[in-house]
Amino acid sequence: MAKSIDVSDLDIYYGDFLAVEGVTMTVKSRSVTAFIGPSGCGKSTMLRSLNRMHEVIPGARVEGKVVVDGQSLYDPSVDPVAVRRQIGMVFQRPNPFPTMSIYDNVLAGNRLNARRMKKADADEIVEKSLKGANLWNEVKDRLGRPGMGLSGGQQQRLCIARAIAVEPEVLLMDEPCSALDPISTSAIEDLIHELKSEYTIVIVTHNMQQAARVSDDTAFFNLKAAGRPGHLVEFNPTKKMFSTPDEASTEAYISGRFG
Amino acid sequence: MTTGSMQISHPRLPPWAPVLVAVMALALAGLPALLAGWGPVTWVVAAMFAFLVAMPLWSRLVEGRRAAVDRLVTVLIWTAFVIAVMPLVWLLYVVIRSGAPAINSQFLSVSMLNVIGDEQGGIYHALIGTLLITVAAAVISVPIGILTAVYLVEYGKTSRTARVITFLVDVMTGIPSIVAGLFALALLVLLFGTAFRAGIGGSIALSLLMIPTIVRSAEEMMRLVPDDLREAAYALGVPKWRTITRVVLPTSLAGIVTGVVLAVSRVIGETAPLLVVAGATDGVNTDLFDGRMTTLPVFIYSQYAASTPVGYQRAWGGALVLIALVMVLNLIARTIGRVFAPAKGH
Repeated sequence: MAKSIDVSDLDIYYGDFLAVEGVTMTVKSRSVTAFIGPSGCGKSTMLRSLNRMHEVIPGARVEGKVVVDGQSLYDPSVDPVAVRRQIGMVFQRPNPFPTMSIYDNVLAGNRLNARRMKKADADEIVEKSLKGANLWNEVKDRLGRPGMGLSGGQQQRLCIARAIAVEPEVLLMDEPCSALDPISTSAIEDLIHELKSEYTIVIVTHNMQQAARVSDDTAFFNLKAAGRPGHLVEFNPTKKMFSTPDEASTEAYISGRFG
Repeated sequence: MTTGSMQISHPRLPPWAPVLVAVMALALAGLPALLAGWGPVTWVVAAMFAFLVAMPLWSRLVEGRRAAVDRLVTVLIWTAFVIAVMPLVWLLYVVIRSGAPAINSQFLSVSMLNVIGDEQGGIYHALIGTLLITVAAAVISVPIGILTAVYLVEYGKTSRTARVITFLVDVMTGIPSIVAGLFALALLVLLFGTAFRAGIGGSIALSLLMIPTIVRSAEEMMRLVPDDLREAAYALGVPKWRTITRVVLPTSLAGIVTGVVLAVSRVIGETAPLLVVAGATDGVNTDLFDGRMTTLPVFIYSQYAASTPVGYQRAWGGALVLIALVMVLNLIARTIGRVFAPAKGH
């Protein structure tokens, strides 16, 4: 079910401002791809353009091609809502729906799309998704309680459960651990390892060690100067990236000798 | 040690100090009050000024400057609070004292039809009128108000249309109620002829007054819903309209309901537009679309205008029932607000 993503010559704009310039890369299926780079270099923008969340912001648009499974995402005939059903997303800050219980939060993707299902099927989806997100044992006795009552790390895993409950092809994660403590971070990294067998995962992170631990491929983005568009500097297997990168600036960034 | 000892403890006044100062201020002001024969109001005001000087002064001597300023501002804020609440308490006291004797089961269950002179009359017809007209006004204005707010927050944003609508809504807030009444009357006369009077005209006038309040409060509440939640819904492949109806509106429901009830309690006491367009009658009329209809404020006005002791009595009774009605509405709004508030967990 997992799909690969081919990006070619992608320019991403906010209004007239060119935020990311000329990105070409291939995200392999059933693997983890990490985006690293300094703040403001367009990693999150790049990630959001992979499931057309980018255009939620007024004035935002892209030029170039993103092809998933032979279909161009930005073709005029493509419905962005349908794209987002196939390519799920987990955000930097946990954002469970405050009016819903843990149970309803997991089913939100199905319920909000008014998919009718039997109670038994719903229970099965909830259990499978929560187990998939390593949260089942912690919440199985209080599924009716509000999702906002969980700790930050649990909320983030709830959001992952919510994202995988609709069984997407690809899972995009925008700094999923930046607001979490090391124990929750480690739980989510373990989870990413497990999810890799079924999903194509793209993760944005500021944490080099995390990129090195979880990813198969790494893309390094950088800015030429402040106010200039971000661009892809290097895209290579993570092992190569962290030992013998092609570019000098990649090595400088990874080893902390930046600027 | 180069840095001297760290001083973090200061002498503090005992907790009962304000009470002691208050008693002494009352006693101090009591002396001239007795001698000069001041009334209780003057006495309390004089005591307050004495307290205002004495409390910070004592605090200055014992606790230091910052604590003294704190005491002074605390006293000023409490004084402002008491002054603000006093009219409300007084109003409630007067209405209850004057209105309670008028309330009995007959007063609430009969109309004024064929009531002559000092016979027992009632407000049943006015209660029915108020409820029907207000509910109809809410039925008209709640959908319009909330849909306008949805447009402004979710679709219009900063477009020219949205700015024009916001401006017009602000202008609408300032429409005098009598003008709304005349507008509704003109509308009915245009449509159905000069002699036509009906409760629905009152509802139209009231909805003109309610819509801006509802738009404004619903707009504010929906703006408070974090964009994170909208994005979370979009990322699950939820279409925009479902995101609005299933995520944004439920999350802001408590505030929207409170806004609606506040708008209702604001118009439920309107007199002028209803007098103009719905008229007044002594009998019960349950048909919104035909014939004159009396509401509680109009009933109060006409009984007061009769200038008889029994008329005054009925007016006070009507006023008490009206205030009770508004109070019940507010309690309902608070309960609804609590029930629908986003769950905090624990």
